[in-house]
Amino acid sequence: MSDVTAEELMAITAGRLLDDHKVVFAGVGMPLLASAVARRTRAPHLTIVLEGGIIGTMLLPGKLPISTNEMRAAYGAQMLTDITDIFLYAQRGYFDYGFLGAAQVDMYGNINTSVIGSMQRPRVRLPGSGGANDIISLCNEVLIVTQHEPRRFVERVDFVTSPGYLSGGDSRTRAGLVAGRLGPVVTDLALLDFEPASHRMRLRALQPGVTEAQVRAQTGFDLLIGEDVTELAPPTAKEVAIYRELRDGPVRAPVEAP
Amino acid sequence: MEHVAVLAARAEREATGRPAVDKRTTAEAATALIRDGDHVAIGGTLYSRTPMALVFALLRHRRRHLTVSRPLACYEIELFLSAGMLDRIVTSWVGIGLPWGLAPIFRHYVENGKASYDEWSHLAMGLRYKAGAMGVPFLPSLTMLGSDLAAALDLQTVSCPYTGQRLAAVPALNPDVTLIHAHRADMFGNAQVDGYPHMDADMARAARTVIVSAEQIVSPDEIAAWPDRTLLPHFAVDAVVEAPYGAYPHECYGRYGPDLAHFDAYAAAAREHGAAGGLRYVEENVDAHADFAGFLAAAGPARLAVLAADAQELTTRGELTGP
Repeated sequence: MSDVTAEELMAITAGRLLDDHKVVFAGVGMPLLASAVARRTRAPHLTIVLEGGIIGTMLLPGKLPISTNEMRAAYGAQMLTDITDIFLYAQRGYFDYGFLGAAQVDMYGNINTSVIGSMQRPRVRLPGSGGANDIISLCNEVLIVTQHEPRRFVERVDFVTSPGYLSGGDSRTRAGLVAGRLGPVVTDLALLDFEPASHRMRLRALQPGVTEAQVRAQTGFDLLIGEDVTELAPPTAKEVAIYRELRDGPVRAPVEAP
Repeated sequence: MEHVAVLAARAEREATGRPAVDKRTTAEAATALIRDGDHVAIGGTLYSRTPMALVFALLRHRRRHLTVSRPLACYEIELFLSAGMLDRIVTSWVGIGLPWGLAPIFRHYVENGKASYDEWSHLAMGLRYKAGAMGVPFLPSLTMLGSDLAAALDLQTVSCPYTGQRLAAVPALNPDVTLIHAHRADMFGNAQVDGYPHMDADMARAARTVIVSAEQIVSPDEIAAWPDRTLLPHFAVDAVVEAPYGAYPHECYGRYGPDLAHFDAYAAAAREHGAAGGLRYVEENVDAHADFAGFLAAAGPARLAVLAADAQELTTRGELTGP
């Protein structure tokens, strides 16, 4: 598939990391799309949960939600509950995966969606955490999906809205975050994880045709390199077709002009 | 961070009467209960089931120095800011919605120190209202630990007296007034909601005064026919306002979808003209009409019918696409 976009590549790669018979707490946008692709391919029993209190959403192809709190997000759901309740399921340990996008992520997986500059005098006041802080603090394993650019992959975030491994080592558990671990980071260039002792971000696999040098050039910090960096399998035609149907709606046969 | 006064809120609740009387009134009269400096919690979340008829009535009163809290905040925050009514925002997220990017008027006020934004996590907002609703000063949680959010808010931790585990002590929030939009209510204030309930029940039960607007006022018999749908009992509600399409241009589950084109127009004006654009929106959409019905009439019945059809399509169980 040569015409695959970066977005399609990320969603499909990330979707392959979700196992069947699991529960994923997905953010809207790329995480939701990736989860929906997984559900329609390798994980038909994957339950998708959204922070609007929505459990088991089905989604209507071509009518994807732009918020986790709207009827398109609730389409076909098995249960609608209140917002606080959904996060308490996460705190209890029911959600196998938390799935986030990230505007700015650092070498320890900390995410900033609050401020560029300082909290007291922000140069840019961003919208804020929403549920991201809770998802990364409470879900069993957290996946991050984002485009690979130096401005997104920074050495230290300006502000830790959502805690990854904080300053590395055991600082996350020392802060009281006894549950949850950060799983893979998926980008349009690579698949990364966190080295078990230092908890620094580490390259594990490359997207098809991408080199290690390209990944380093697009990363704003010194990236650890795994022992046997492999190449990821390219998206299949079926995966791409499913992604596009979800995004654009069912493909209809062309209608002849009257 | 304000000091919580959960005991004062309880004493007040004990002292207020709970008469089962006809509480119907207008949005304007109900929101006149809100005073300068009050903390107003706004129900729904982002652009879902926001009590817009009540929000517009409050805008019309031009109260000052308000604090507004919500789970996730939408463009109503920018309207309050533009109208010079808002000092402080307490929420987990402020925007118009993801496709519209950063909210420019909100940015201007907060970046220039003209309004403050206490940023909590989404669950922390929920636990703040829940603690307030439970009558306890805080709730323990694993949320926000280790983050810079906790440091910025001076969020305290507690050690579990049984196990020694370290937990965030999320403080109660007891709003002065909570505004809720429901699907149905009777004249006594028994209020029912369909679909996702957001944080509405907790933010109402935490509040000193609760104003409910409803798509329909129904008879007590109709409430009793579906008692499991009742979100708030009459004794937790102080005023009831009939407001069909009372969340427009936001959505109301099963009734109507959000008017995204309305957001497009608002966002373009806010981007181009900043707070002046926000104020003009208030003048043209709120002040220009005697009441919310005037605003709806200006939107037009054809537009509202399209949004109602959208809701029908998404909430009527038809053929589902699944595996």
